[in-house]
Amino acid sequence: MRRSKRYALLDERPINQDSFVHEWPEVGLIVSDSPLDPKPGLALRQGRVVEMDGAPREEMDLLDLFIADHALDLAVAPVAMSTPSEAIARMLVDVNAPRAEIIRLAAGCTAAKLVEIVSHLSVLEMMLALAKMRVRRTPSNQAHVTNRKEHPALLAADAAEAALRGFAEVETTVGVARHAPLNALAILVGSQVGRPGVLTQCAVEEGVNLRLGFKGLTSYAETLSVYGTAGAFVDGDDTPWSKAFLASAYASRGVKTRFTSGTGSEALMGHSQGRSMLYLEARCLLVTRGAGSQGVQNGSISCVALPESLPGGVRAILAENLLAAMLNLEVAAGNDALASHSEMRKTAKLMCQFLPGADFVHSGFGAIPRYDNLFGGGCFDTSEYDDYYVIQRDMQVDAGIHPIREEEALAVRERGARILQAVYVQLGLPPITEDEIQAAITANDSRDMPDRDVAEDLAAADLFLRDERTLLDVARALDAAGHAEIAEHLLELARQRALGDYLQPAAIFDEGWHVRSGINDANDYQGPGTGYRLSGERWQRVQAIPQATPPADYLQGQGERPAQRLAELGAAHKGAGAEVLIAVGPAYGRALTETIGGLPHEAVLEALLSGIAEEGLAARIVKVHHTADCAFIGYAGAQLSGSGVAIGLQSRGTTVIHRADLAPLNNLELFPQSPNLTLESYRQIGRNAARYAQGAKVQPVPVRIDNWVRLRLIVKTMLLHRRELEQVEPQRAPTELHFDWEPEV
Amino acid sequence: MSESQRAGRYPLGEGDRARIKTPTGRPLAELTLEALRAGQVGAGDLGIHADTLGEQAAIAEEAGFPQLAANLRRAAELTRIPNDTVLAVYEALRPYRVTYERLLALADELETRYDAIENAALIREAAQAYRESGLI
Repeated sequence: MRRSKRYALLDERPINQDSFVHEWPEVGLIVSDSPLDPKPGLALRQGRVVEMDGAPREEMDLLDLFIADHALDLAVAPVAMSTPSEAIARMLVDVNAPRAEIIRLAAGCTAAKLVEIVSHLSVLEMMLALAKMRVRRTPSNQAHVTNRKEHPALLAADAAEAALRGFAEVETTVGVARHAPLNALAILVGSQVGRPGVLTQCAVEEGVNLRLGFKGLTSYAETLSVYGTAGAFVDGDDTPWSKAFLASAYASRGVKTRFTSGTGSEALMGHSQGRSMLYLEARCLLVTRGAGSQGVQNGSISCVALPESLPGGVRAILAENLLAAMLNLEVAAGNDALASHSEMRKTAKLMCQFLPGADFVHSGFGAIPRYDNLFGGGCFDTSEYDDYYVIQRDMQVDAGIHPIREEEALAVRERGARILQAVYVQLGLPPITEDEIQAAITANDSRDMPDRDVAEDLAAADLFLRDERTLLDVARALDAAGHAEIAEHLLELARQRALGDYLQPAAIFDEGWHVRSGINDANDYQGPGTGYRLSGERWQRVQAIPQATPPADYLQGQGERPAQRLAELGAAHKGAGAEVLIAVGPAYGRALTETIGGLPHEAVLEALLSGIAEEGLAARIVKVHHTADCAFIGYAGAQLSGSGVAIGLQSRGTTVIHRADLAPLNNLELFPQSPNLTLESYRQIGRNAARYAQGAKVQPVPVRIDNWVRLRLIVKTMLLHRRELEQVEPQRAPTELHFDWEPEV
Repeated sequence: MSESQRAGRYPLGEGDRARIKTPTGRPLAELTLEALRAGQVGAGDLGIHADTLGEQAAIAEEAGFPQLAANLRRAAELTRIPNDTVLAVYEALRPYRVTYERLLALADELETRYDAIENAALIREAAQAYRESGLI
C-alpha cells in the first residue's frame, strides 16, 4: 500500500501507543450496558430483600447477600425503585433539586438501578452532577511520595514539599515490603514539617498495614480493595464481611479508611461474568457503603487502561465517581495510574474530575518524578506542576494545590530531611549523613541520592515494626532533638486520633488542624453563586504562579532617555523629487525609545537611512501625530513624500512600505512581526523603499517567520501600543524631524 | 442529649476537649509534650476511646450516614479487643480459612468475652453466607 505522509506521522503520535479494541461483552470488555447486565428490580417481604436485580434470594451470591442486607435503605427503596431513572437523572442536573433528596433516593437503589440512572447523562451532565453530589464542599488533592531507592531523606524531603504545596493526604508504598515502617515514618515526619494536618498512609499488605496504623505511623488506609463479583472478591482473598470487619478494625484504632475499587478490575481478573464494568463497579460501591466505609478511591485506578481501550471508557470512569458521590461516599477520584501516552488525552480525562472538583481530584498525584513512582508510574508527576498550576489559574479552579517558589521548596526539603535525620539519631536508626541531606535538598529523583546500606535499613525496619514504639515515641524523639514544634504536630495527630473527627466522611485537616468533612463542610452546591467558589485569599494563592510578572516590567527603560539626536522641527511639508520619507509613530524616540525587539529607535533610523543612502536617494523623517496605526502612519508619510514612497514605522517596530496611490490599508511590503526584525532587516527595508521610489524591480525583503512570537510578546505588544496611543493627537498634522546623523558612504 | 445536639457538637476537637479520653481513660488534655517528657503517656494512650467512637457513630447516624455509624459502633466494640485478636478475627473471616463452626465459636467468644455484640452478629452472618456460597 502507498503511504500517506500524514498517516505515517499520525502513526508516530503517542496516542497510537495506547490500546484500542472493540467491545466483547462475554469476557467483560464492555464499559456499560452489557447484554448480560441485569435489569433493575427489587422485591421486599417482611422488611427483607427477597429479590434484587432479577436474582431471587436463594440464587444470590456473596455480594448480593451483603448488599441486600447492608447497603440499601429499605424504607426508601420502594419509592426509589419506582421513580423513573430518567427522573432521578434529571434531578442530578437540576440545581433546584436538593442534593439531600437525591442522596435519599440513591440509598434505596440497586446496582442496576444506579447504572440505569447515570446512563441517561452525558459527560457534561455528569460533571455538573459530580460538582453537586460530592461529599465535601472544599475540593482537595492527594500525593504519591515514593522512590526506587526507598531513601528516607528523599521521602521526607518530598513529603515536606508535597505538604507545602497543599496536598491534604500523602501516601507512600514500598518496593521491598520490609521498608514499610521506615517509609511510613519518613513521610509522616516530612509531611508534618511541610504542613501540619496532612494525613498519611503507606499502602502495603493488610496485616502490616494494620500494624502501621495501630502504631500511629499512618493515619489513613485506602488499601481495602473490593470487587464487583464474588469470584474476583475471593481471588482478592477477602469477602464483604472481612472487609467490613477490617474497616471497623482500623476505625477502632482511630485510623481513617477508604475502600478501593474501579472499573475493569473484575474483567482483568477473569471474573466479569459478562457484566459491564460500570455495573460491577456499582456493586463494589454498594459493598463499600454496606461495609460502612466513609469513602472510596475509584475511577478505575490501576486498571484505567482497560476501560480506556473501549468506547465510552472515560465517560464510564466519570460515571463511577458520580455513583460513589450519589451513595454519599467520599471520592478519591483516580487520575493516579498511567492512563495514556497522549498528553492531550490524559488532560482531557483529568478535566472530568478537575473541573467539577472532587473530594480528592487525584487519588495520588505524583509529587515525585514518574521514574520514582512505585504506584506503577503515575499519570501525573512533578514535571507537570507548572502546567497544572496554570490550568487552575486559567479555569479559576481549585484542584487542591498551589504554587510555591523554588527557594521555599529548597528550604522545606532541607527541613524535612534534617528533622528526619534527627529522629533517626534519637530512635537509633541507621544514620542519615550530611551528604544524603544535601542530595535530598536538590534531587530530582533517587538517582541523585547516595546509596544506603539497604540490609541495615531493613533490619532496623523489621525491629521498628515489631517493637512497641509508636507515634508518641516519634514525637518524643522530635522533642529530644529540639524540634518541639514538630513534636507538637505529631501529638496533635495523636489527639485527633482520640477525637475521631476525621473518621467522618471526606475528612481532611487545614493547616490549623481544623477538620473539614461532609458534616461541617457539607457540599451545598445549588447552582450559580453557591457551593465552593475559588475566591479571596485562596484564589490569590492559586493564581500566584512565580512565572507571572508585573506587566509594567515590559515597559522598563522605555522613554527614560529620549533620543538625543532627534529634534522636532515645524510642520512637515510635501516634498519633491526622488526622496524616501520615513514616517514614525507619535511616541517614537520620546515616550518609547526601543522597538519590541529591544532595538534603540536611533539605531533603527540609522539602519533605514543607510539602506536608502546605499541606493543613492535622499530621505526625510516626519513624525505622525494623528494615528498610532502602522498602515495610516505609512499612508500619511506617503502623501508627504516627493516620490510618493514612504516607510511607516510604529514605535514598537512594526513597519510598512507605502505608496501615495495605494489605499490606506494596502501596501508595497508589510513587516508585521516586528520582534523578528533586525537592524539588517531595517537596512534592507530602506534599500527596497529607495528602489520602489526609483521605479526599479524589487525583491521583497526576506523575513523570519515565527508565529510563536505573538504568544510570547502579546502583553508587551499591547502595552507598547497603548503607550503609543496615549501620544496620539488627532488634530495635529505631521511634523518634520531632524536626525543628527550622516551616512557612512 | 438529642441527636441534633450531638451533630451540633461536631467537630469534637473544637468543642470541649477536656471530656474526651484517650483509650486508657486519661483526659485528652493530659496528652501534652510535658506529659510525654515525664514519661506519663504510654502507647496505650494512642487510639480512640469506645465512648468517643460511640459519639462519632451518633453524629454519623444523625448526618445521614447509617452504615458508617454501624461501622463506628462495631469499632467501639473492637477497642476492647487486643491487636493480635483483631488481626486473628480478620484472618478467620477471609475466604477458606476456618470452618463454619469455628466462625460461630469466634462470634461467641467476641460476644461473651468482649461484649462485642455487633461484631458477633456480623461474624454469624458471614458464617451463614460463606456456608451458602461454599466458602468454608
